[in-house]
Amino acid sequence: MVGSTHEELEQGLARVLNVASITNLQRLSGGASRETWRFAADGDEFVLQRVRPGTIGGFQVEPRVLSAAYYAGVPVAELVVDGADRTELKAPFMIVRAVEGETIARKILRDDKFDTARKVLTSQLGQAAAHLHQIDVSSIPGLVADDQMMRYQTVLRDLGEPHPVFEAAFRWLEINKPETTSSCLVHGDYRLGNIMVNDNGLSAILDWELAHIGDPMEDLGWLCVRAWRFGGAFPAAGLGTYDQLFDAYASVTGVRPDPDVVRWWEILGTLKWGIICISQAATHLMRIARSHELAAIGRRVCENEYDLIELLTERTQ
Amino acid sequence: MTAPHDRPTAAELLEALHEWMERDLLPGVDGRLQFHTRVAINMIDIVRRELELGPDQEVRHQEVLASFGMNDDAELAAAIREGAFDANLVDVLNRLRPVVEDKVRVANPRYLL
Repeated sequence: MVGSTHEELEQGLARVLNVASITNLQRLSGGASRETWRFAADGDEFVLQRVRPGTIGGFQVEPRVLSAAYYAGVPVAELVVDGADRTELKAPFMIVRAVEGETIARKILRDDKFDTARKVLTSQLGQAAAHLHQIDVSSIPGLVADDQMMRYQTVLRDLGEPHPVFEAAFRWLEINKPETTSSCLVHGDYRLGNIMVNDNGLSAILDWELAHIGDPMEDLGWLCVRAWRFGGAFPAAGLGTYDQLFDAYASVTGVRPDPDVVRWWEILGTLKWGIICISQAATHLMRIARSHELAAIGRRVCENEYDLIELLTERTQ
Repeated sequence: MTAPHDRPTAAELLEALHEWMERDLLPGVDGRLQFHTRVAINMIDIVRRELELGPDQEVRHQEVLASFGMNDDAELAAAIREGAFDANLVDVLNRLRPVVEDKVRVANPRYLL
């Protein structure tokens, strides 16, 4: 049964790419709603992402965002087929040219192999963010604005678990809301774990499914959230200083990010990750997916409460 | 030891389980299963720490809530959400700090700065 599905997928891919045959088709990973495959065709390597058949979901605007980023010179995989509205593979899909590199944060932060990469990665992340923020959003039909604060307030309320620290953080964010300086394409999940790194540094920015229109500083703040430092000693992706990040950003845009605004987004990011932790545990508790790994994430909620207290009591002293 | 139960205590049972997983189970697994085994060992340790520290922490939590004139976290969360503490949010956070530190001390003590 599994074999025939595999064969069907090979045949489908051959039709989509208009090639005689597909080789080395292998499953890379499977999230809850998407599966990732790697394969070769005519001597080139590709990656297929497909909505897991039988689940609801799609790619919507993501392939168009990826393509716009590629043509703007942002390091991303090249889009080969936008299958968001196609049916040959039984579920929405997209195919990109394969990019080589490491995604596991702890390896990027610690392995000797990435010594050289670590020296340049913070600057590359600052520059890449600046380039992606400069993309003309009118070139990406379907991209919509997203009010992150309102979204996560609703998520927290719907989860129904009381967290006084999170409520205090929301009040603080509301009272201290920065005036949005500009509105642009935001990656939406810009962090270690969603980037690919080779020996020379950044090779690709991955996972564009949360891209939206918003404040560019959202991406810089999220990059610096403590959870995404993976134990690293520095704020930017665990390995760079705020100054390194902001200088690199300014070298592209000519405008240096306002540290207070980035901080505001880092605080919202910390709050957001705390709420996501609650909802991951809820996935287990509500028996949507039983998993001790998801259950354990529920006990990481307090790390974010702790970080929020550190951030907010230091900030307003 | 909690009457009427015999030794090993709940904590001693978890300790034995932790030791077995670390000594005999972990070396024989790799990849995803190894990661999931580490998660499981971590969970055992969370419960061990909660058994040890939980009773005192519960008292402290109630004291902090009482200092706000609240019965539980739901009441306090609702009051904060409605803006009752807008003028002194930093004070609220400072007073909640010991409770949150207690939670981290059970969940992941290495996280404390």
